[in-house]
Amino acid sequence: MSEFLAMGGYAAFVWPAWGISAAAVAGLVVFALAERRTAAERLRRLERDEA
Amino acid sequence: MLSYFSNPQRFDGLARRVIPLLGVLTVVLLGTGLYLSFFGSPPDYQQGDTVRIMYVHVPAAYMAMALYAALAGASFVFFVWRHALADAAAEVIAPIGAVFTVLALVTGSLWGKPMWGTWWEWDARMTSVLVLLLVYLGYMALRAALEDAQQAARAGAVLAMAGVVNLVIVKFSVDWWSSLHQPASVIRFDGPTIHSSQLWPLAIMALGYTALAAWLVFYRLRSRTLVQRARQIERRKLQAARKAGPEAGGAA
Repeated sequence: MSEFLAMGGYAAFVWPAWGISAAAVAGLVVFALAERRTAAERLRRLERDEA
Repeated sequence: MLSYFSNPQRFDGLARRVIPLLGVLTVVLLGTGLYLSFFGSPPDYQQGDTVRIMYVHVPAAYMAMALYAALAGASFVFFVWRHALADAAAEVIAPIGAVFTVLALVTGSLWGKPMWGTWWEWDARMTSVLVLLLVYLGYMALRAALEDAQQAARAGAVLAMAGVVNLVIVKFSVDWWSSLHQPASVIRFDGPTIHSSQLWPLAIMALGYTALAAWLVFYRLRSRTLVQRARQIERRKLQAARKAGPEAGGAA
């Protein structure tokens, strides 16, 4: 396990590269979901007020 | 096909079916890619385990370029045929492309330090990718700066189409100038020169990123239709309030 984590001595480069990639992918998805929720709530509120 | 999907209802119907499919595809491909990148592929005989950076670096760089091509293509369709959906797609694609460009630069830097001995070099490949990021950011800034939506869309389209010159420079920079960066080893006329044990994780990660980007674009386009419907209601309300205005505020 610790050998795997060491990445042949390149842990300081391999893990940050994967870490920032995972964070960016997660960030894009979370942003898209939050954007949808905000838009849906706004529309629901407006439709309720109009009715 | 373009005119077929320029109908908003038809697009919405398509998006509704495509979004879950792309979501599942993204999870399966990125999961498989993650496994192959760390357990299904050997360390490189020269680069050791730093080769595992390639499996996030190359797909990110490919997405940075593919999304720019999509941005420019959508801009062209909007510019020529005035399809509102094409403009919406361009607007939604740009920030996603910018994120992948940042990823390509940062993971490249993290790979360059142990293998080239430097985080950064002002050579043709790296500089042109940095310019690609600036074009993405410039496009977003331009759209945000112009208040008139139609004007923003048209100016953005012109900028996006002009930026194609830089996209070509990114692609051929490694052939036209001497660069620290290696030339293409996957997309070549004579086929890939990379071993299959490394090509598989690379290809699957690239497909996973492609599915993710497609999911993001469709998902965000559907969110936009909700915002547009909300704006319509607000406009109706404003008009109703204006009509009621003279009687309600008649005293003044």
